Formats: sequence, C-alpha cells, structure tokens
Amino acid sequence: MTEVTELSRPEGEAPDTREVLLNLGPQHPSTHGVLRLVLELEGEYVARVDPHIGYLHRGTEKLAESFTYTQIFPLTDRLDYLCPPSNNLAFALAVEKLLGIKAPIRAQYIRVLMAELARISGHLLITGALPLDLGAMTALLYAMREREMIMDLFEMISGARMHTSFCRVGGVREDLPDGFFPKIREFCDIFPNRIRDYERLVENNRVFLKRTQGIGVISAEDGIDLGLSGPNLRASGVDWDLRRDEPYEIYDRLDFSVITRDEGDCYARWRCRVEEMRESVRIIEQCLDQMPEGPFQIDMPTIAFPVDKDKVHCSMEALIQHFDLSAYGFKVPKGEVYSAIEAPKGELGFYIISDGSEKPFRMKVRAPSFVNLQGLFGTSNAHFLADMIAVLGSLDPVMAEVDK
Amino acid sequence: MSVETPLNRAPIMERFGEAIDDLGFAHGVHAFAAPPEMIVELCRFLKEHPALRFNFLSDICGVDHYPDVPRFEAVYHLYSLPNKWRVRIKCRLGDPPRIPSVVGVWRTANWHEREAWDMYGIRFEGHPDLRRIYMWEGFEGFPQRKDFPLRGYKDKLNPLGVEGPPPTQPDLATKNIP
Repeated sequence: MTEVTELSRPEGEAPDTREVLLNLGPQHPSTHGVLRLVLELEGEYVARVDPHIGYLHRGTEKLAESFTYTQIFPLTDRLDYLCPPSNNLAFALAVEKLLGIKAPIRAQYIRVLMAELARISGHLLITGALPLDLGAMTALLYAMREREMIMDLFEMISGARMHTSFCRVGGVREDLPDGFFPKIREFCDIFPNRIRDYERLVENNRVFLKRTQGIGVISAEDGIDLGLSGPNLRASGVDWDLRRDEPYEIYDRLDFSVITRDEGDCYARWRCRVEEMRESVRIIEQCLDQMPEGPFQIDMPTIAFPVDKDKVHCSMEALIQHFDLSAYGFKVPKGEVYSAIEAPKGELGFYIISDGSEKPFRMKVRAPSFVNLQGLFGTSNAHFLADMIAVLGSLDPVMAEVDK
Repeated sequence: MSVETPLNRAPIMERFGEAIDDLGFAHGVHAFAAPPEMIVELCRFLKEHPALRFNFLSDICGVDHYPDVPRFEAVYHLYSLPNKWRVRIKCRLGDPPRIPSVVGVWRTANWHEREAWDMYGIRFEGHPDLRRIYMWEGFEGFPQRKDFPLRGYKDKLNPLGVEGPPPTQPDLATKNIP
C-alpha cells in the first residue's frame, strides 16, 4: 500500500494531505435515527462537524396552532418517543399554569410515576445502545428485556405501549387499573439487580472503557454555554436538576439524589444515566407508598370529562358541557407561559402564547435533544472518526425530538 | 394576581430603566420588553452581572403576530443557574424582521436562531452561519408564518397543498444573507 502511494506521487511534491469530506448518515445505524453528519476529516481526525437535521421535521409547532389543547397531547408523544409520559406532563403543566389549576394529588402521583418509568425506559435504551455502537452487543439485548416490562406496564395503564397520551389537562385519563400495584412492585424488586447486571457487562469491558473514558470531554463552562441540560450537563459536574430546583408536581415530597459526575466524558454521561435509573426506582417506590386515594381528574366539567359518565345521560347541563368539550375543546385565558420539566434528556420546556381561544396562538417546544446535539461542538479534544460515534451516542439525542 | 417577584430587578432597572419595559412576574418567569437593538447589550449584562448571572439560555422563539404591527417578535428565555431565576425578554420586530445575534454571548443561540430564521425569516445580524436548519436548501418561504398555509403550496411533491403561487419574497430569499 505504502509503495503504491510512493510511486504514484509526482517527484518533489509534498505528501497529499487533502481534507476528506465524509457523509455519515442519514441512514446509518449509529446515528440514532435520521441524522446526517458532514465530517471534514484530516486523516483519521475529525476537523469539523456539520450536522444536518430536519429529516424528521413534522411541523409539530405549526400543527399545534390548529389543534385544540387536548388534541396536542398525541403530538407531544411523538417528540421524544422513548418517553412520551414526560412530554405529556410538560405540556399539561404549561396549560394548567395558564388555566390556574392543579391536578388532584393522586393524578400528580400517577403522572410522576409514569414520567419516572419513562425516564427508565429512555435511559435503558441508551444504556444498551451506546455499548452497541461501540461493538458490545449484549447489553442492549438485556436492556430491551427490561424495557419490555415497562412497555407492558404502560400498556396496562393506558392501553398503548409507546404513545400513551395518558395525561390530560387537569389530571390523567383513567385511574390505575386493578392488579397494577403488584406488577410494578415486582418490577421495582427485580430492576435494581438488573442494573447491576448491565454494569457488570460493561464496566469490565476494556474496549468500552477505552473508547469512552477521556473521550469527548465537555467542560462545565462549555456545557452551559452550549445549553446542554439533563444528564449531559450533570456529567460535567453541574449540579442542576429541575425536579429538585424548580419542583413541580409532587417532587418536593420525594427523597432522591441528583447524580453528578466530574469527568464530563462519554463514560460519565453513560454512567450518570445508569445511576439515575436507580434513583428513578426509588422515586417510583415512594410514589407507590405515598399514593393517596382520591380523584384522578379535576372536577371542572368545562375542562375535563366528568368521571361519572351517568351524569351525562341524566343531566342536560352535563350533556351540553360534554358535547362542548368534545366538539370545541376548552378556552384558555389570554397570556403566556414558559414551563419546563426535567425530562429524561434534559430541560423540556413548553412556551405557549394563548389568545384566549381553544387553540394555542403559538406553541414553542424547547426540545432538550435539539440543544444537546450542539454538544458535538463542545468537545475539547480532537478525536477520531470512530470516537465521533461514541460522543454522539453518549449525548443521547432522539431525532424525533431534535426535528420536532 | 400579584405575586412578589423573586428576581432582583434593581440592577436591571438601574442600568436599562429608561429603555426597557417591565412586564411583571407571572407563572415563574419575569418578563421584560426590550428594543431589538439593545438585545446583545442586555443579554451580556444579564449574563455577567454578579448579582444576576443569567448564564443559561433556555430558548429563543420567533413569533408571528400577523396581521398586527409590528408583526414579528423574538422571545428569549434565560435562566440563572446560581439563582434559579427565569427571565423572558421580548423584542417586537418590524417587517422584514432583523435583530442582532446573541451567538457571541451564548454559543447555544446558534441553532435557536437558525430555527427562528428558518421558520419565521427573522434575520439575526452577525450570526456566523445563518442557514436553514429544518427545511431544505432552496425552500421558498417561511413555513411557520401565519400567512403560510398549514398544508403548504401545491406542487408536484405536495398534491394536497393549497392552490396559489408560493410566496416569493425576494428581499428575504434564503441566499444573500447580510
């Protein structure tokens, strides 16, 4: 090989050091969806990266302007499709703030419980997918086994495995089903041991460690400057979690710790997520212990359907309100709100401007993956093309959320 | 509903009191209205003042108030990691909308501004790389404007679109960015 290049080079000219432009994606298994990276390579090193996004752009924000507030819930499901309950919750909270209402306590517990299940489900995927990207296939298969348990729980609660759309403004759609508690207790008993299994699978894998430790280091300053949030920022040593710092729902009643790490490399980001799953299990157990009896939906016939369906058949007013609510939706007072929650990927914010009608005038989604993907520009050390895959995987972008 | 604002407004009002409007505190966010030409100065001040330290830019959002005048708006959501405060800065923009870029203050503004340019055609002056981010190169028009039809314009790729010519806005063509 060397000889050939030597022979083909004209006399007296310097070795050929042209930059190579490489197109990675949009259809590539390690881009976690339809992401296209245009990479400028200097030999094996990545000199510049230019992500091209938008292949999955569905115009969620534009669509939302022509949907009623209840109709938007299924749209939010499809943002971060690994954890729809978190997205539902973020949107519901924003609308509830505008309406000046709060869901009943039991509904808040159910929402938090589902959001934490979703967090586990989202983190499980990346726990397995990052090693998979780097050639260790086994972890993903085990992670999927436990994710299946969560999908089953979702199915039990809402009837849907992925796009649950379970939240409603002012509560949740239904109460928890019979037989749910033993099932989720079983999950909580099994799962912590399974986390230990994943760690054992990967912790001693020298290839995995070599390819993640010290790779793609993002400093705390760079992380904040680039707007990273969630586990990506906490892995750089910034102790910030909206669940604790701006408690919403019933998080202020729960005892959990915020996981941070100082290294800021790919391994730290992976590690942060694994440990966050343990905390999520703790939160779920507390939710189960503390969950009170009571209504699961606010008692406001203009906003939520009556729990007692018989009312609709007997009372004229209830029938009219029921019809009005299904046909036209409910009006939200004029105003604007920015409401953010700690979604599995980071700060998920909904900025809603209401003009007093049944549909939002403007809905902006502050999608954490969209911002986190800019972390690709924040890594301080030059790295190989192969490391790019590790950095990308560890930032854990979900393309549906990036493209909105 | 009058809720006491947790934000320390004194340094902001002292420095910018004449130029900006205090829109009050609601739903956990304190809002200000500022003229667009002051945005960089204001952001830098909010970020660097030792008593405020709004070091985290959450979001930049474009809004189209068609047919109101001024038509456009850029909305900035800032967060102070040390103080746990949120601030919203609203800038009304004319048509064509222009506002200085804040990429020099926070690098994360880069993609947010590209998105607002792509969807609303808000020109962020001084942005290092103002290209479309979601729509493809050569796409005509700004899809999230209120006068852009939800289904787009009819062409051979979009048979369900609305009849009519696509909006030709020569002054806002994707190329020739200042």
